[in-house]
Amino acid sequence: MSGKSPKTVKAQSAPNNAIDFYRLLNEVPLGVLILDRRRRVLFCNHALEAIVGITAAVAQGLACRHVMRSRACLTECPAAKGYLSENVCFETDLINRDRKRIPVRCTLAPIFDAENRPAGFIETVEDLRPLKEHGEKVSQAYRFGNVVGQSRQMEKLFRIVPVIAQSDASVLITGETGTGKDMLAETLHHESERAKGPFVKINCGALPETLLESELFGHVKGAFTGAGENKQGRFYLAHNGTLYLTEIGDLPLTLQVKLLTFLDDKIVFPLGATKGFAADVRVVAATHRDLERMVRDGRFRQDLFFRLNVLRLHIPPLREREGDVRLLLDHYLNFFARKTHRSVAGFAPRALSILLDYDYPGNVRELRNIIEYAVNVAREGKILPKHLPAYLSEARESIRPSGAAAEAVLPPPAELEVDVVSVAGEGSWPMAERRLILEALVKAKGSRQQAALRLGWARSTLWRKMKHYGMDQS
Amino acid sequence: MIRKVLIPLSEEEVAPRFDLAAEVLLAELEEDGRIVQEKVLILPEPSAERLCHMVMTERAHTVICGGIEEEVFDYLTWKGIAVIDDVIGLASVVLRRWADGRLKSGDRVATNSSTKPN
Repeated sequence: MSGKSPKTVKAQSAPNNAIDFYRLLNEVPLGVLILDRRRRVLFCNHALEAIVGITAAVAQGLACRHVMRSRACLTECPAAKGYLSENVCFETDLINRDRKRIPVRCTLAPIFDAENRPAGFIETVEDLRPLKEHGEKVSQAYRFGNVVGQSRQMEKLFRIVPVIAQSDASVLITGETGTGKDMLAETLHHESERAKGPFVKINCGALPETLLESELFGHVKGAFTGAGENKQGRFYLAHNGTLYLTEIGDLPLTLQVKLLTFLDDKIVFPLGATKGFAADVRVVAATHRDLERMVRDGRFRQDLFFRLNVLRLHIPPLREREGDVRLLLDHYLNFFARKTHRSVAGFAPRALSILLDYDYPGNVRELRNIIEYAVNVAREGKILPKHLPAYLSEARESIRPSGAAAEAVLPPPAELEVDVVSVAGEGSWPMAERRLILEALVKAKGSRQQAALRLGWARSTLWRKMKHYGMDQS
Repeated sequence: MIRKVLIPLSEEEVAPRFDLAAEVLLAELEEDGRIVQEKVLILPEPSAERLCHMVMTERAHTVICGGIEEEVFDYLTWKGIAVIDDVIGLASVVLRRWADGRLKSGDRVATNSSTKPN
């Protein structure tokens, strides 16, 4: 095949009929390149012309590296020695005449002449762009907006969210801390017809009652001491959009009445105003509290609960979402590896086992923080147990105590258990403190009052620290 | 006025790809096309970013190269650098042709044993 190559080959079944080989190759939808022993181009088909952006006539006689311009050509050409003992397949990229970088899969095979001597090479080139694009879509398949999950529970949620998004009714989102209530609320807004309007968020637990009322509904000049100017509330700001009330369970009873009035009349009365204005706002509320129980305890108005509970979305805790831990581990590993430009390749089996065994009381937020920590500590290679926050291994050991010795070590009072389990192996104090708060909250079943008591802090100290660690936003 | 040109190299040829070249030829020419200085610089590793930085720090007016990604091409032209890309050929011949004002994008100029002249 050196020099001028034969354009025709004889078909075995019809020895007298020659087939126009190149014409045949032009019909193949895969890029095909035929090279001589010195890797000069003898022929390229139409599909390859389209990929590299050069015509066969121009390519003929040029060195393969100048036609293909692939990374493999220039760094590790498998045919560099002039022969190949077997076919090789590799993925690489090329830069075409449109200055586009194209991912390709190449298969290079030797060609032999009639005497079985090496005569050149044939290379097929597959454009991987459609596959990559499909892969990106697939990798986004297990998500809705920013909420990721593939468990049965989440699939059910993903099915109902688009329907609820299209409705204009108020929505109540419930779920433990860190499950993604904020993300879901934002997704609801973006999927709704109000997507072009504002999405305004307010944390009902973060402000004292008087300030919260002013913040929500606004006030007029002179409404109270210090009200020097008119102030537009969040309802006004959310006009034509969505108002997201997080921690609705912490909304004081007096404001619950006012919110209920708005939900009924759609009219907002700023503090001290005699005239109201009609606000076209969709209310999405969220809480990690048990509102039914609060209603029974008289801490949440039943009528408001019924009003909000019409459309309810419950995000299950991570420990109940079968298969999602693994998906989220990979998702956040890729996310943080890309974000921090680290070449972290995956999890070592032992580290994976620790991560899969952990029950994530802080849910997705905690998992995300753990992976962020691990990616930053590991920097490259695989995530090993030593790259994980130490409390994971400690918690694992504390879950499986063995024998009398273990009984002796474990402190009987629940209050002490929190301290011993959490702090012992912690890498940094802020993380340990954060973890301590989470565990205290879990043990107090979400009651901040009880959690503060367990921790020996004032409720305000707990609130301040939770705010500091961003734990008051779910 | 002295004109400066940078050519990414692959051995003696213009490198088929800008981002994979680990050597560059840097040449200074008088206005009449006379080459007053030529030097070959070696990069620690191939990198489009590093090459772009070199183009800027060496104050080159023109880059002659083979394949170059659109993003890099746009960056260099935005910085006022003339980029003549998709060029195939021996660097010395390409440089001479450019000095004579006869080089344009897409040219295949002579040649070693494995490149075909126009």
